[in-house]
Amino acid sequence: MNFTENIKTEECNSMEKKHSIQEMKKAHKILKEFTYSPKKVNRGYCGETLYVNLSTGEIKIKTVTDQMKDIFVGGRGFGLWYLWNAVSEKTKWDDAENEIIISPGPISGITQYPGSGKSLVVSLSPLTGSAMDSNVGGYFGPYMKFSGFDAIELQGKSDKDVVLFIDGDNGKITLEEAPLEDVNSHIICEQLTEMYATSDEDRLHVATVASGSAAEHTLIGHLNFSFYDKRRKCTRLKQAGRGGIGSVFRNKKLKGLVVRTTNIKGTSNNPADQELLNKTGIKLHKEIRKNDDKQCHMRTQGTAHLVEIMSDYDLLPVHNFKFGSHPDAKKMASWVWEKRFTQGIPDGCWFGCTMACAKAVDHYELRTGPYKGHKVIIDGPEYETVAGVGSCCGIFDPDAVLEINFYCDTYGVDTISFGTLTAFAMECFENKIITEKETGGLKLNFGNHDAALELLHRMARGEGFGKIAGMGVRKMKQYFAEHFGADPKFLRDIGMECKGLEYSQYVSKESLAQQGGYALTNKGPQHDEAWLIFMDMVNNHIPTFENKAEALHYFPLFRTWFGLNGLCKLPWNDVEPENNPKSSEPAKVPEHVENYVNLFNGVTGKAIDKNELIRMSERVYNFQRVFNLRMGFGTREHDIPPYRSVGPVTIEEYESRKERYDKYLKEKAGINPEGLKTEEKHKKLREFREKQYQLLVDAVYKRRGWDENGIPKLETLKELGIDFPQLVETVNKKRAK
Amino acid sequence: MKVKILGKKTDICVECHECERACSTVFFKTESLERARLRITAGQPSGRKITTCTQCGKCINICPTQAISRNKAGIVAIDKSKCVGCLSCVGFCPEEAMFQYKDDTIPFKCISCGQCVKKCKAGAIFLTESEIEA
Repeated sequence: MNFTENIKTEECNSMEKKHSIQEMKKAHKILKEFTYSPKKVNRGYCGETLYVNLSTGEIKIKTVTDQMKDIFVGGRGFGLWYLWNAVSEKTKWDDAENEIIISPGPISGITQYPGSGKSLVVSLSPLTGSAMDSNVGGYFGPYMKFSGFDAIELQGKSDKDVVLFIDGDNGKITLEEAPLEDVNSHIICEQLTEMYATSDEDRLHVATVASGSAAEHTLIGHLNFSFYDKRRKCTRLKQAGRGGIGSVFRNKKLKGLVVRTTNIKGTSNNPADQELLNKTGIKLHKEIRKNDDKQCHMRTQGTAHLVEIMSDYDLLPVHNFKFGSHPDAKKMASWVWEKRFTQGIPDGCWFGCTMACAKAVDHYELRTGPYKGHKVIIDGPEYETVAGVGSCCGIFDPDAVLEINFYCDTYGVDTISFGTLTAFAMECFENKIITEKETGGLKLNFGNHDAALELLHRMARGEGFGKIAGMGVRKMKQYFAEHFGADPKFLRDIGMECKGLEYSQYVSKESLAQQGGYALTNKGPQHDEAWLIFMDMVNNHIPTFENKAEALHYFPLFRTWFGLNGLCKLPWNDVEPENNPKSSEPAKVPEHVENYVNLFNGVTGKAIDKNELIRMSERVYNFQRVFNLRMGFGTREHDIPPYRSVGPVTIEEYESRKERYDKYLKEKAGINPEGLKTEEKHKKLREFREKQYQLLVDAVYKRRGWDENGIPKLETLKELGIDFPQLVETVNKKRAK
Repeated sequence: MKVKILGKKTDICVECHECERACSTVFFKTESLERARLRITAGQPSGRKITTCTQCGKCINICPTQAISRNKAGIVAIDKSKCVGCLSCVGFCPEEAMFQYKDDTIPFKCISCGQCVKKCKAGAIFLTESEIEA
């Protein structure tokens, strides 16, 4: 399918019209009104942030200090700083003082460089109990900045469903009781867009945030950030997926956030050096035009181009990460998605993103659930979703993946967590740890996509096993042990979570560096910190512990920087200059690092270099580590992965890759496997790999300037200029224990 | 449809740049080669290049805000009020005939007005018609 003209897709019309927009609007009761003079953006910052208390209705403006800019930069940094000040070490995710902070970062909102419209969402996570950050596209963050705010803090809890509206053109904010709108995102985002736009043409100027009904009943809720698709004439959705922030949103009785501004120009960020941004942006646009077809095919396949590559390298999670490939993976390969995605539309989640990976399937007719028979747009699927709700659950049917993808999105749950926790429940079911009795009749065998979908619908309805599974893998493990007499050790081995967050979708068994890349993260195992598998396992570029530690220092910090500035990671290395393989350090893509230095300097007028770029992240990264300590986590015991991510948990897994493991024992561990029973080899392999992991942790802590328990040393904090009294006190207290 | 486009005969161009001056004068009231909607790259004889828009319309699909469209005469034109300055069209033009000047974020392109043709004594550029799928 190829769209060259406007299309009006029927899905916009197929929503249930219980109430007209006028009726919904009329039912709104203004709870609080606040007027302000929107500050113009200057060099990437407005200099002001918005604070809203949903318990008291208090709305106020805070000033952005120079210290905030110098130490925390913006985006995730601002979010963490505000959250730190809002909560105590005792605060739980559903306490009123927990906040949701959305901040776009100084570069976010420029239109010239692909991937420059991201928002970072920070909150105390219901899954981990500590600070969570999630990077999301859509128009809300940049529009909020163009309406005068570098961040919004949402604190308190409303007792009724509310919508918050920021009118950036008129400097007016209203907190409105909103009883009639739907909760599910594919509907409410349309409704709010129509309600607050002044005309059809004006819908482009409205951006919304919402969650969904499953976020109310689970801890894996996500947020949908909308962007209006002019060609499809519909709102599209991008997800702040990780860590359950959608559950916090619904717990606060937030139904939606809306911002409207017509101040959307190529210069709205008012940068110090627009010419430098133009030059840098055009260079990358050209690079994408010339290289994408030869490299990652992001423009036609999005991130789903990875499916067969991961399967070929034995990295695609299959059956709860037991295996890394499957012959049926080809049923969900890139060429399948390329045909399903509507081609020829500039599918960027922010203006000017010519990577255009926000692919969509149009006219999909739903076959289950409350919207059965509706024709809808499905945003995605992305690789993580195909792998998570697909292969990881033994599901290889593209239609099933699409259906689950759609319902996860509109119900407001994270496809990664949903996939990983469903796969965990399936393995438990296959091992008879749970039966149909516990699941309420769901036959959760691997591959049963109808059961997976029904589980999802039960999450949305808050029913039975849907609520139990919706607590996430960590709490399921406890529940199964307590209530069903399961063996906690086996569950610990196969439950793919660390710090309480479900693993994202890469098998890390054969890459020690990636085992650390996942488990040594601040927020939990998410690939946006480090993806070192090819460097480590395929290319063998980081053979020693010191090499791996260096990579686990540099790459998490480099990637953290995107979150400070409101950028997407993908244009960094999902397209590369043709001569990149010949550059000094190809894995870093030096020319693109230089681009980012130019973007930051071009926007802010500062003069950083590539080393200072890393230092900027190091401050925030260490701050976040101390934040974890403050909340009762952040030490070595919390950095240990489940064995499923390190090696074969079961004999079945060992046997399936027997040759590889035998060879590994011989060559790496110095153990002759000949004559040994599989059980013995399996045990020896585990002992060796677990020891290797601990040695890696030692090396990484050393490189990061942390002590052997993973606590940042005082000199590290001092050297980074973040030895604030509260941080020093937190670190000292923890060390004294 | 038949669309008026700027034709070129690169080999007879004398690189006087009068066409670019004429163009920038018409649209930007200044004689600046960088602000012309066509480009003569000097380098006779083999390195010479005349960059002109073929009105192919690939930029129409690239534009996220539908600021670029084909008018009734088939000419591809930019509606500045809708442009958000992303410059995607500049990077994605197969002819590299979508231009942009320094810190200005609004791109510009040839609309086959023919003002440059009048100034070309060599006859290296001329208006012609091309069949375009629209």
